[in-house]
Amino acid sequence: MVHAILEYQFLQNALFAGFLASIVCGVIGVIIIEKKLIMMSGGIAHTSYGGVGLGYLMGFEPILGAFLFAAAAALGIGFIKRKGGALFDIAIALFWSLGMALGIVFIAIMPGYPPDLSSYLFGNILSVTRSDLLLMSILTLVVILVVVILFNDWKAYLFDEEFAYIIGVRTAFLEYLLLILIAMTVVVLIRVVGIILALSLLTIPAAAAAMACGSLKKRMLYAVFLGSIFSVMGLCISYRTNMASGASIVILSALFYLASHFVHLIYSKMKRTRSVLQSEI
Amino acid sequence: MNNTAIHIDNLSVYYGDIPAITGINLNIGEGEYLGIIGPNGGGKSTLLKAMLGLVPGTFGEIRIYGKSPDRSRGQIGYVPQTANLDKRFPITLFEVVLTGRMKQGIAPFFQFNRRDKRFAAEILERVGIEDLAGRRISELSGGEFQKMLIARALTVNPKLLLLDEPTASVDAGSRNQIFSLLEELNKTMTIVLVTHDLMAVSAQVHRLACLNRNLVYHGEPELTEGIVNNLYGCPVDLIAHGVPHRVLKQHEED
Repeated sequence: MVHAILEYQFLQNALFAGFLASIVCGVIGVIIIEKKLIMMSGGIAHTSYGGVGLGYLMGFEPILGAFLFAAAAALGIGFIKRKGGALFDIAIALFWSLGMALGIVFIAIMPGYPPDLSSYLFGNILSVTRSDLLLMSILTLVVILVVVILFNDWKAYLFDEEFAYIIGVRTAFLEYLLLILIAMTVVVLIRVVGIILALSLLTIPAAAAAMACGSLKKRMLYAVFLGSIFSVMGLCISYRTNMASGASIVILSALFYLASHFVHLIYSKMKRTRSVLQSEI
Repeated sequence: MNNTAIHIDNLSVYYGDIPAITGINLNIGEGEYLGIIGPNGGGKSTLLKAMLGLVPGTFGEIRIYGKSPDRSRGQIGYVPQTANLDKRFPITLFEVVLTGRMKQGIAPFFQFNRRDKRFAAEILERVGIEDLAGRRISELSGGEFQKMLIARALTVNPKLLLLDEPTASVDAGSRNQIFSLLEELNKTMTIVLVTHDLMAVSAQVHRLACLNRNLVYHGEPELTEGIVNNLYGCPVDLIAHGVPHRVLKQHEED
């Protein structure tokens, strides 16, 4: 495998893409878990399918269409979230299905043979091109910079949005900014795990990190580390078995999460028993 | 005592088309210690949030030291209900208290400087939680968590302190500590306290406001049976928790 990586450009690209995806997912994943925006991120990801379809129909880069649709969905859902409570869930469902439906329609009315869309839906890390990597690098850089530069604002906003607002932090701006960052993250993920599986890399490494670390910064770093391991191992499996990379990465990370959750349960139970025993002595 | 801290004129707040509070007129003087009581859903928290400019759908006028709530940032310290906060959030007590020193607006590369940290440390001492500075908030008791929120509000260095149910999930010892702290703080700042704790309120505050969608009563903290019946719609046992202190004045024997 190592020999193959050194030899083949497409494997190097795949590896690099996996790392980029892990970085954005680790950072944004921790934030969306704390802010309980997981389903919303799913909605944003699925809406982007409409953009992929539009790209094919109008003849521009599908990934660009995906970003435009994702950003529009993020702002649209975000606006409805600010306006009123109960509509929020409905808005997610609406954008989610409408985006997918539009994608299907655009592909259907497109002249000529329909393209194979499964790499957008399920990801194909082995087919990542140079221009994909360039776009992914730029988006990753933007996401990381925005999070790092405003780190203390994010912390205040995430813990208690109301209080942050009262002391004059611009919480509405931060919220919309976060939604745009989620849209960017989704675009980075599409090539690696695909639209349908994007939620897995966004949530699983961050959720596993949450079990182990007690500070926001450490959680992000740990989630990036875990995501990288999942993508590299998933890539190996995908290379050897010719399975879609998204599927192997997701199955691997889900198994890891279940296992670590189980270990965590046993560990905290042991800790409890020990402290009970100690207090009895 | 002569200056007005908060002036509220004919305030109504609607959630959709359902009124939460209607036609409130209230003046709170500088240095006052006001307790707001009332039944659940009576609009206590809504009134507090309106003073902070947090709720849309408000009609009427609110002035904090002569300015609208949006322009009074930095003058008001707010202690929210603990139930609405995520106690598993990965953050330490000191980090939470420090957020009171955040700059207004968007602050790129913002770092708390030494003055911020010293100020926050002084506040911790004043509130009596300096030993817990490095503790994760998931490991705090109800009383410690509440004191942390009060400390955070104080690091804003406010002239006005608004508290929403600060003794809700707190043991008796911490409750007394919190009330004596508030009494001490009242020497330098105006305090508005929302509570369901009728006992504490009558013993502590200077003035009392009773809220059940309308302002039923506003004045000296001595309730008559008539007001309480009006407020809760039924007679309420005001001798709470077996504490030998009456909220109602003793009735004269006929």
